[in-house]
Amino acid sequence: MQARPNLTGWLMVSPLAIVLAVFLVLPIILIGVVSFWTATEFSIIPAFSWENYDFLFGSPVTYSVFLNTFKYAIITWALTFSIGFTIAYYLAFHIRTQTWQIALFLLCTIPFWTSNIIRMISWIPFLGRNGIANSALISWGVVDEPLDWLLFSDFAVILAFVHLYTLFMVVPIFNTMMRIDKSLIEAARDAGASGRQILWNVILPLTKSGIMIGTIFVVTLVMGDFITVRFMSGSQSANVGRLISNDIALLQYPSASATAIVLLATVLITIAILLRFVDIRKEL
Amino acid sequence: MSGIIQDLELVSVTKRYGTALAVNAVSHRFRPASYTCLLGPSGCGKSSTLRMIAGHESVTEGSILLAHRDISNLPPAKRGTAMMFQSYALFPHLSVLDNVAFSLKMKGVDAKERRAKAAEMLELVDLTALADRLPAQLSGGQQQRVALARALITRPQVLLLDEPLSALDPFLRVRMRTELRNLQKELGISFIHVTHGQDEALALADEIVVMNDAVIEQAGPAREVFNAPKTRFVAQFMGGHNVIALPQGHFAIRSDAVGVTPAGSGQMEGHVTAIEYQGTYVSVMSRIAGDQEVTALVPDAAYFDAPHHPGDRIGLTWDAKNLHQLTA
Repeated sequence: MQARPNLTGWLMVSPLAIVLAVFLVLPIILIGVVSFWTATEFSIIPAFSWENYDFLFGSPVTYSVFLNTFKYAIITWALTFSIGFTIAYYLAFHIRTQTWQIALFLLCTIPFWTSNIIRMISWIPFLGRNGIANSALISWGVVDEPLDWLLFSDFAVILAFVHLYTLFMVVPIFNTMMRIDKSLIEAARDAGASGRQILWNVILPLTKSGIMIGTIFVVTLVMGDFITVRFMSGSQSANVGRLISNDIALLQYPSASATAIVLLATVLITIAILLRFVDIRKEL
Repeated sequence: MSGIIQDLELVSVTKRYGTALAVNAVSHRFRPASYTCLLGPSGCGKSSTLRMIAGHESVTEGSILLAHRDISNLPPAKRGTAMMFQSYALFPHLSVLDNVAFSLKMKGVDAKERRAKAAEMLELVDLTALADRLPAQLSGGQQQRVALARALITRPQVLLLDEPLSALDPFLRVRMRTELRNLQKELGISFIHVTHGQDEALALADEIVVMNDAVIEQAGPAREVFNAPKTRFVAQFMGGHNVIALPQGHFAIRSDAVGVTPAGSGQMEGHVTAIEYQGTYVSVMSRIAGDQEVTALVPDAAYFDAPHHPGDRIGLTWDAKNLHQLTA
C-alpha cells in the first residue's frame, strides 16, 4: 500500500464518489438530456430540439411564475429571518443555563416530529371561512364578516412557509451565536456600547455566516416547493414547482425537465450571489 | 491621563454567588498612579474583585469608590475604569484600527476623528504598521498590545488587567511585563493586575495584595510582602521561605538567610535530606527537630568549599532579625 499512496486515496473516496455519481450527478444529467427531447400527447421523441426552452422563454407565464416564486422566497426569508434571529438571540444570550437552552431549543423542534403535510393541513380548519380564527375574530367584534383572505391566498402560503421553515433559520443562527465568546460582549459593554449597539456592531456581524446558511436553506426549500403552494393557495397561485408538477401530471416529461433545469440554474445563481457576500467556509 | 491623580478604594466589598462567598468584606485603598498586583491562587476571589471594580459583576454588599465617588452601581463605561480581558476579547471581524476605535464609534465620534485618535493609540503601543490587519493575523504579543490600546483609548483613570500575560509563552511574558510596567510609568495612571504568578507580581508591582479564601491576607510594597510575610499562607505562596515552629511561635525566614555550619555550631541541628544544585545557589534541604523541613540556599562557591551529602549532620544559623513572626 505504501508504494501506491495515490491508489489508497482513490479507494478511500470512491464509495462516496460512487453514491454521489449514481444518485446525484447521473439523474441531473438525465434530466438535462430529457429536457432537449420533445413530446406529444401520447409519445416522447428522443431527438435533440430547443423546443422546450423556446416555449419556456417565449411564454409570459414563465416570467410571472418565476417572479411569484421569488416573491414567496423573499417574503418568507424576511419573516423567517426576523423570527429565527430573535428566537436564536433569546436562547443564546438571555437564557443563562445551558440546561434551559437545550430544553427550549428542543421545544422548538417539537413541531418537526409530525410530517410537513399534516402541519400544513392543520391550518385549513383554523383559517377557513368558518374556522377558528374567523369565529374568534367575529365573537371578539374585531370584524363583522369572516375574512376571505385568511385561507387559499398568498397570506396562507407564506404563513405555512414561515411555519415550516423558521427552524431552518433558528438552528444555524443559534449555532453561530453560541460560539461567540461572551467576553466580547463584556468588552463591548466596557467600551460603552448599549444593548442595541452590541447587537448591531458585534453580534450581527459575527452571526453572518449562520444567517447565510439559514438563508440558503430557506431560499432553496421555498423555491423548490410545490405542495405548500398548491394546498394553501387552493390551486389559485403558482410557483415554478407547480409548473413542473403540472407538466409531470400531463406526462410532459421533456417540458418538465426543461423547467427543472432553468429552476436549478436560477437557484444556483442565487446561492452564488449570496456566497459573494459571506464566507461560510469557517462554519463548515 | 486626567490632571488630578485619583485613588480607588474598596469599602468592605462582598460578593456572593448564591450561598458561596467569593469575596468577603474586602477593604483596601489602592495607591494613586501605582502598579498594583492582586495575587493569589485560583478561586481566591481576585478575579471577582477585579470584575466588580470593572462593573462586569455586581457588588453584593459594600462600595467601590473612585475619586471619592461611589461607582458600585454605575455601568462599566461610566466608571472611569477600563478592562483588558484575559483572552484579550478582540472583535474578530474588525481590523486592529477599528478594534481600537470601537469605544469612540459607540460614543458617536465621526469616522475620521476616531480613526485619527485610534492611530495615535496604536503609535503608543507601536503597532501602526499593522493597523489594517485582523486580530487573527496577529501574534499573541501583538494582540495584547491591541487590547491595551483599545482599553486606553477611553482615557481611564484605572486600567484593570485580568491575567494579561497568561496566554503568552514564557519568553514573551517577560518582555511584555516590562512593556506593561513602562507604559504604566509613562501614562501615570493606576494599573491593577490580577495574576497567580508571584514572580510576575514581584517583577511588576509597586504594591502587592495577596488574597486567599475571599479575603486579603497581606498588602504592601512588593519587597515588604516578600521579605516579611505576615501569615503562613503568604510565606508559602510567595515561595523562598521556611516556616519554622520555635518555642516563641511560628516564624518565616527566607531560605537564603539560613546559613549552614558544621554540626554543633549552629542555632539548630539537622541532618541533610537532599541537595539540589541550582546554579548560583545550592539548595540544602534538611530535617530538624520536630520533623520540620528547612531549606537553606547556600551560594555555590561557599557550598563547594565545604560540601555536604544526604545523611550528614549539620548546624543551621540565622540572624534573629531575619525571623518574621507569623500571625496565622
